[in-house]
Amino acid sequence: MLNKNPLWRYILVSGLLLLALLYALPNLYPEDPALNISARGGAVVTEQQRAVLEQQFDHAGIAAKSMLLTNGRLLVRFNSTEQQLQAHDIANKQLGDGYITALNLAPATPDWLSAIGATPMKLGLDLRGGVHFLLAVDINAALDKTLNDLVPTLRSQLRDAGIRYRSIEADTAAGRVQLVLRTADDVVTAKALIAKQDLGLLLTQGRDDLSLQLSLTEQRVKDIRDYALEQNISIIRNRINDIGVAEPLVQRQGADRIVVQLPGVQDTAQAKEILGATASLEFRLVDTDGDMAAALAGRVPPGSALFYSRDGRPLLLEQRIMLTGDHISNAAAGYDEYSRPQVLIKLDAKGGAMLSQASKDAVGRRMASVFTEYTPGSEVGADGNRILVKRQEVINDATITTRLGHDFAITGISTPAETQNLATLLRAGALIAPVQIIEERSIGPSLGQENIELGLTAIGWGMAAVLLFMALYYKAFGMVANLALVANLVLMVGVMSMIPGATLTLPGMAGIVLTVGMAVDANVLIFERIREELAEGRSVQQAIHLGYDRAFATIADSNITTLLVALVLFGIGTGPVKGFAVTLGIGILTSIFTAVVGTRLMVNLIWGGRRLQSLPV
Amino acid sequence: MQVFSFSRPLNFMRLKWPAVVLSGLLLLGSVLSFSFNGINWGLDFTGGTVIEAGFAQPADLVAVRQTLDSAGYGDAVVQLFGSSRDVLIRIPLRADVAQAVVGDSVLQALNAQQTEPVSMRRVEFVGPSVGEELKQDGGMAMLVALIGILLYVAMRFEWRLSVGAVVALAHDVILTLGLFSVLQLEFDLTVLAAILALIGYSINDTIVVFDRIRESFRKLRDAGAAEVINTAITSTLNRTVITSLTTVLVLIVLFYLGGALIHGFATALLFGIAVGTYSSIYVASAIAEILGISREDMLPPPPVEQEEQDIRA
Repeated sequence: MLNKNPLWRYILVSGLLLLALLYALPNLYPEDPALNISARGGAVVTEQQRAVLEQQFDHAGIAAKSMLLTNGRLLVRFNSTEQQLQAHDIANKQLGDGYITALNLAPATPDWLSAIGATPMKLGLDLRGGVHFLLAVDINAALDKTLNDLVPTLRSQLRDAGIRYRSIEADTAAGRVQLVLRTADDVVTAKALIAKQDLGLLLTQGRDDLSLQLSLTEQRVKDIRDYALEQNISIIRNRINDIGVAEPLVQRQGADRIVVQLPGVQDTAQAKEILGATASLEFRLVDTDGDMAAALAGRVPPGSALFYSRDGRPLLLEQRIMLTGDHISNAAAGYDEYSRPQVLIKLDAKGGAMLSQASKDAVGRRMASVFTEYTPGSEVGADGNRILVKRQEVINDATITTRLGHDFAITGISTPAETQNLATLLRAGALIAPVQIIEERSIGPSLGQENIELGLTAIGWGMAAVLLFMALYYKAFGMVANLALVANLVLMVGVMSMIPGATLTLPGMAGIVLTVGMAVDANVLIFERIREELAEGRSVQQAIHLGYDRAFATIADSNITTLLVALVLFGIGTGPVKGFAVTLGIGILTSIFTAVVGTRLMVNLIWGGRRLQSLPV
Repeated sequence: MQVFSFSRPLNFMRLKWPAVVLSGLLLLGSVLSFSFNGINWGLDFTGGTVIEAGFAQPADLVAVRQTLDSAGYGDAVVQLFGSSRDVLIRIPLRADVAQAVVGDSVLQALNAQQTEPVSMRRVEFVGPSVGEELKQDGGMAMLVALIGILLYVAMRFEWRLSVGAVVALAHDVILTLGLFSVLQLEFDLTVLAAILALIGYSINDTIVVFDRIRESFRKLRDAGAAEVINTAITSTLNRTVITSLTTVLVLIVLFYLGGALIHGFATALLFGIAVGTYSSIYVASAIAEILGISREDMLPPPPVEQEEQDIRA
């Protein structure tokens, strides 16, 4: 009997390894410190500005590696971090507030590798430096607000339906609204009325026959929670985009948490200000009688104030505020009956009443939405942090066509993208659930670099120790196992680079080291088995065949349980530990492939086709 | 080259009762240490703030403590971390200051005292609720992993072996926790990951032995359970030792070269693998034998008569 494998198997396995090698290659090219420059509000960076910046950099003695302008965004690569930081200041000064300059590490993957979609592994914050925040959204605040808003809504509905009641009050601690009516008949009609409304309310009998308790259904609570999270996430995303962070991550975690990761950000104080900064929204009537020319010259008519729209158009607005944004309960982009883009706005009961009152005599006039936000400007204060600048702009102004109420729509917006943007801003101005930082992890850039070096050293020495041991102990077969071990490392790196969600962390690197130590286990099992079969007097070829076959059941069983553990770790772990679970899991799968399939092909190729009396194992 | 080569099986099971006593004593010691010393929970579990500050010159810890004291952080624990220029400052959770700003204000206070700027290497703040959740999730993860393994081994092997495997795993976990408790080493998230990895490693080891026990039961028809188990352990001993050796090799590398952040991780695994290797021989197999495993339990189920299915229409 001889052990031979068909050619296609060799082709398939070497093909897979080559593919992994190809995708692992980008990790060998170090990343360039870079600046990402883009313009605010949909504008573009021009070729002219690029030239001016280049001149300025030259003037300061900074030689940029490359300055690439694509789709109105400028990517400038540098040779060192010092140059990058210096250039950052210059670009900030030169371009001013209208532009966002973000520090970034741009992968230096050669074009032919980028063309096939090969990218380097994503590094965790513990390796590249940056800030990680875990925010808790205060859902109770949002629930309380919903309950409190329910009281005036119910009051007016009962009044409209002619039902008399003794009292309505919100009991936020118990999470319900208590309604006491006067007669049993009223209880029935009120029940019917409320049930008809479909407000997501749960109706239960109160303390006596005449009282009703209203609480929010689970679905409604879930909706409120989802809305509050989404709202916070979109606000945080907007702000982070505004200050310019390359590759930020803003993601929901669990029921009421938000993870924010800002790679490369050093100034945690500033990051915290951004997360905690407030935005507000107000509606004001446009003062069309005032003299704009005079106002621009500094003589603003009394009772009015001068504002600017996003595109820089001046507007005179009444100083009296019709309505503030905290009464907005929802704003959504959509289409009207002629399929023109519009933004639908829902107000709470009090807001509806206020707006209804304020717009009664204003039909035909224009109403403006003013957005106010505090963002860090380019000035640096005494404490070293950027000073917060109040930015106020008119995000929309539209003619009031009818008396407005709880629901109204803003139409006449040109594109769906713009309605989406407006809806986000409107929601941002009506933050219903505040956030709190419950976890912060900041890693300085030097520590990140050190961690990478430590990890690489450990992998290198660990690998060397195992390779040496295997070569000494199993001789020629040990060399086969060693080749498999190296192939395993390449496969792991290749797979990690291919999977978009896989992030390499410091514990992840420890996981790679551990995998190197444990991956030889499969080969040890096989080789020991072959030795045993030989000792029992089987022929060389039979021993190879049986050794692989019999060891495989054991290898499969023992690795499936380890994989189970990796899955559990992945499920509960956060950040770095998740990274460990990922490398452990991938390492198990790739090591089975290389140690069982790979070495068998090699062993068969070298020793399988010959009549031998003994094996170098 | 071969580490061990035995002409006949070693009588491992002869020592099963002393092993049971030894393990029992170690377990008791660990549990006693939990109740008296407790576990030195790290920041991840207790909540609080840890600041790693890099100094340009070797740091003067006394001066750092004084600075912190006057800045209102008298409860800070200050120690060197990795090198004489790296200082680790731990500040427990406090009610009086906004938690999230502790890191910034400490760095500011340090910078005000130093002529050369102190660099922020690492700031970690963990809120009280997060730590508590992590403890629960971590405990839950260990339970889920153990139950999953219990079910898998019961399905693939036999319930007596399954019980043996899980007791051995619990044994490894408790002893490793015991080591951390006795030496008061800091137990952080990476240590939790190490213990879960240890569960993975130890079960790996146990299953290799079990696989051979099953095979030996089928091969050695007249042998008693103890003899079969001895044969199985003896024939896998080479593999057990070599795999433990390569793993310990890389862990030693990790311990010495992996840096301070990985120290706990490497310690837990180094100790755990020593204990795990012992337990897959003595705890897992001995329990299966004590529970009375026999040849009948290990025979493949009688082949089920499969009706020939007609797939032609």
